[in-house]
Order: sequence, then C-alpha cells, then structure tokens
Amino acid sequence: MSALNTLTIAQARDLLRKGDVTSVALTEACLGAIEGAGRLNAFVHHTPDLALERARAADARLAKGDAPAMCGIPVGIKDLFCTEGVPSQAASRILSGFLPPYESTVSAQLRDSGAVMLGKLNMDEFAMGSSNETSVYGNAVNPWKVDDRDLTPGGSSGGSASAVAADLCLAATGTDTGGSIRQPAAFTGTVGIKPTYGRCSRWGIVAFASSLDQAGPMTKTVRDCAIMLEAMCGHDPRDSTSADLPVPDFEAMLTGDIRGQRIGIPREYRMEGMPAEIQALWAKGAEMLRDAGAEIVDISLPHTKYALPAYYVIAPAEASSNLARYDGVRFGHRAKLAQGDGITQMYEKTRAEGFGPEVQRRVMIGTYVLSAGFYDAYYNRARKVRTLIKRDFEDAFAAGIDAILTPATPSSAFGLGEMAEADPVQMYLNDVFTVTVNLAGLPGIAVPAGLDARGLPLGLQLIGRPWEEGALLNTAQVLETAAGFVSKPEKWW
Amino acid sequence: MSEIDLETARNVAHLARIAVPEDTLPTLAQELSHMLSFMEQLNEVDVEGVEPMVSVTPMRLKRRADGVTDGDKQDRILANAPDAREGFFAVPKVVE
Repeated sequence: MSALNTLTIAQARDLLRKGDVTSVALTEACLGAIEGAGRLNAFVHHTPDLALERARAADARLAKGDAPAMCGIPVGIKDLFCTEGVPSQAASRILSGFLPPYESTVSAQLRDSGAVMLGKLNMDEFAMGSSNETSVYGNAVNPWKVDDRDLTPGGSSGGSASAVAADLCLAATGTDTGGSIRQPAAFTGTVGIKPTYGRCSRWGIVAFASSLDQAGPMTKTVRDCAIMLEAMCGHDPRDSTSADLPVPDFEAMLTGDIRGQRIGIPREYRMEGMPAEIQALWAKGAEMLRDAGAEIVDISLPHTKYALPAYYVIAPAEASSNLARYDGVRFGHRAKLAQGDGITQMYEKTRAEGFGPEVQRRVMIGTYVLSAGFYDAYYNRARKVRTLIKRDFEDAFAAGIDAILTPATPSSAFGLGEMAEADPVQMYLNDVFTVTVNLAGLPGIAVPAGLDARGLPLGLQLIGRPWEEGALLNTAQVLETAAGFVSKPEKWW
Repeated sequence: MSEIDLETARNVAHLARIAVPEDTLPTLAQELSHMLSFMEQLNEVDVEGVEPMVSVTPMRLKRRADGVTDGDKQDRILANAPDAREGFFAVPKVVE
C-alpha cells in the first residue's frame, strides 16, 4: 500500500470500511507529512490532539459499521471557516486571538460525518487575493517547482491547494468568491468545485462578498469532490440564502456516460494574448469530450468582458459592508490608543493596523462605489451588468447547452513576488475565466488536464446548470479520465 | 469622473474608518483612480431597462415565527472582546 497520506478519499473510505486501515493511522500519516512540510506554509494552525481524538472516535464508529463516507478521513480546513475553540483568523491580523465559540455549518457537517480536522489552512487575507501573498501568516508555497523559484499555489484557497497537492491531507475545504477554489486547484494539479450559490451554507464562514461566496471541496480526484461535496452541502436555516433542496448522491451520478450532452465553447473566452499552450489544451479538452460522445457547440456569452469590472465593483462593495464589523470592540485586534483618543481614532487605528494593504484598498474602493453620488454610477450599474451576465448563461442553457468548457486560468502558476510591482488590476486578471460563474451563481469545477512546457499543471473549467452539480461532476470525471493527469510534484520540501 | 484627488482619498479613508497617513494618500489616490478607470468599462454596456440583480438564485427569503430562539450567552459573547468589563463591551469615551 502506498503511503497513507497519498490516498484518495474513495480509496481510504474503502480501506477503512474493510478494516484494512484505521483513521488513527491515516491521521498520523498526515500529521507526519504536515510536520515535514513547514516550507510550504500550508497549515497555519495545527490541531494534532483534536485530530487524533476525532480519529479514535471515527474508528469506533467505523467498527460499528454504519459510518458515512467521510468518516475517518483526515482533512484540512481553510482558515476562513470558524472552528470552535480553534483559531479562525481569515489570515488577517485583525482577527488575531479570535477563538470562535461556534462551528461553521460546513465544518460542523464534516465533523459530524466523522471527518478528521488536521488544522487550519493558509489563504489570502479575507479571501482577497489570487496568490496567497496577502496572508498575515506569510505566503503559502506551491509544491510544484521547476527551477529555484518558489511558485504561488494560487489564491485565495492557496493553503488548501498546496496541502492537497502535497498529500498533507486527503482533501480540504475551500471557498470561492471569484475563483478562489478553481484557480488554486488549476495551479496545483488538483480538483476543486464551486457549487451553485446556495448549495453550501455560508453560516460561520467569515464573509467577504456574501452574494458571491460559496464553500466547496478541494480534492485529488473528481470522485473525491463528489463524496466530500455531498457531506458539505444541504439546507441550513441559519443561512437565509441556503437552498432548501434535497442533496443528491453525487458519487452515484458518476456514470461515465456523457453521450448526447451538449458542451458549449464560449467564443468570448478566447482572450487576446492567451498562451498557445492554453488554447491547445482547451481544444484538446473539447476533443476528449467529443470522443466520449458529447456534442461540441460554439456559443456566445456576449457580456463576458464586463464580468471582471462588475465583480470589482460588487465584491468590494459587499466587503466594505461586511468588514465594518471589525472595529476593535467585539473580537480580535484593538490598536493601542494615545491619550485623548476617542472611539473614531480607535476604529481608524485598529483597522489600519489590522487590515493588510489589499484589504484596505478593497474596503475603500467599496466604500467609494457605495457612497452618495456614486452608488448609481458604479454599484447599481454593476448589478445591472451582473443581470446581463447571468442572462447570457441562461440563454445558452435554454438553447440546450448542458455544460460549458473553458480554460481555468490564463497561465500556469507564477513565481511568488513576481506580481509585487504590478498594479492590482493585473492580479485581478487571474480570475478572468472564473469570475463570471460567481456572478451568475453557477457551479464550476476545475479539473487538471495537462502540464505546460515547463512541467507545471494546467486546468480546464467546466461550468454547469444551476443545481446540476451531479451532471457537472460526471462530465468532469470523463474529462479527468481522458486527460489521464497523474503527475505529482516531486518532493523537495 | 474616475480621477480621485487627495481630498476624495482622505474622505474615503475616513468613511471606511481606516487611518491613512498623509504621506501615503497620493499612492492611495492613484491606486483607487486606476481601479475606477478599470471599472469604467461598464459604461460601454447598454443597461437600459435592465433590473439590478438582487438575488442570484431566484428565491423567496424564508420566514419564521418571530420568537426568541437563542440567548443567555453573555460570557461566550464577551469572551473574545479586547476589553470587556462587568458584562459589557468597553470602548473609549464616546461623549465628551
């Protein structure tokens, strides 16, 4: 048997149920791998004692024979999820010392299904970033490496992607507001799905942009995504936008049969200056789906170009409102005050010290677009454009398209620090293929599909109809099988 | 329309309750201006008669009975406060 930490969820589940392996053994293998991977800076809060306690409980449950699929599976949890009694900082200084007295619904569902939390994972501060470089914990590092440079694992779920790719855990939770699950998955050769808006409860997940945020699994295979997603989603009365819909058995929907499915190729995603390798991979992906019996159809999503600017109005606007709660009164950091400072100085100093530069920038741009006189010109206009972007997808689906194939990212992983001098908008371009999906509330999945000339992973994205994650996962698995991506990063850390 | 001057930057920082030192205001103004000019692309779109999106998935917000469902957690609520005294959150003097 290969090292236990390298197993997939499906493999581990089957071994656990047969009694061939224990959750304690799986957990110890992961804890050992984490200990040896400090260089990756993926895990930022370690909970080994809690993990072993849960692993023992999982083993007892497995012995009784009625354990759910995630029972005994060691996972990492993104720092954005509030976990009871365990630091949950959203990678921000302003939440230093915060110990949630409650557990987020998604991590509670995983816990209750018997999954074992190994610790908390690095990310961009408040999930604002595409490279994991805005974290108070420092950069997370991609286990993939082709020269002496350290590469970004992507962001904002960079620690999750790095940990899964480096086999520090069997799977991890991520969250995705504009591409924060799919872009890091693509940069690390892993699989990540952002479900339909409303599939996963947002309760207890630190809010960034509430109308766009969704949690999802980050895993080694599409099958694992199906297994873990099922455990994460479901109706939650504590999130008023959580959908009151039954949760299907996603894994059972992986039939491998996509004959007759109509896959759209949106012409607006052929961006100027797109690397030839990405174009070729995209064409190859379409060919694989055609070979599997799908029909490939050219489609148009005319408002694609306006998705990024609309997103960078809406997301900061919501963030400026959501982040108003960090005021130094109820939790987290409070600045030391000078003699005579009043409450306004307390707010201003606390937030200046507690928020990093990117978060400050976004809160301020959000404040501006919501301010009197600019609300209509920016915020309302962006919300109208969002309606049009969603309508583009609705038209495509109404015309009989079942799923849409696009590249996941405009490049493979870049070097940490390489974008430091670039203006913020350059970094935002990372989300160009993923952000439309959040604006339209659709499910989207990134699947590793090949390596570029330098030997770094590249991913393709499939976008599905609302609430049809099962069909989307099935198509994704066909793509995964056809692409046959099996490369792993060579251990250097 | 998208040029943010120093005065506007200072005002936005104040509205956002973030202390920004005077010497970094020019950089901030420049960054905000640049972001806004990126957003100006939205002006190319014909949005005549288009409703601004309120909810991405068509749904009616759930209702529930107007009853007390939670409470009596003062200690737990105050446990994370930087300064809590006698059952209250403590802040600097608000009224002179």
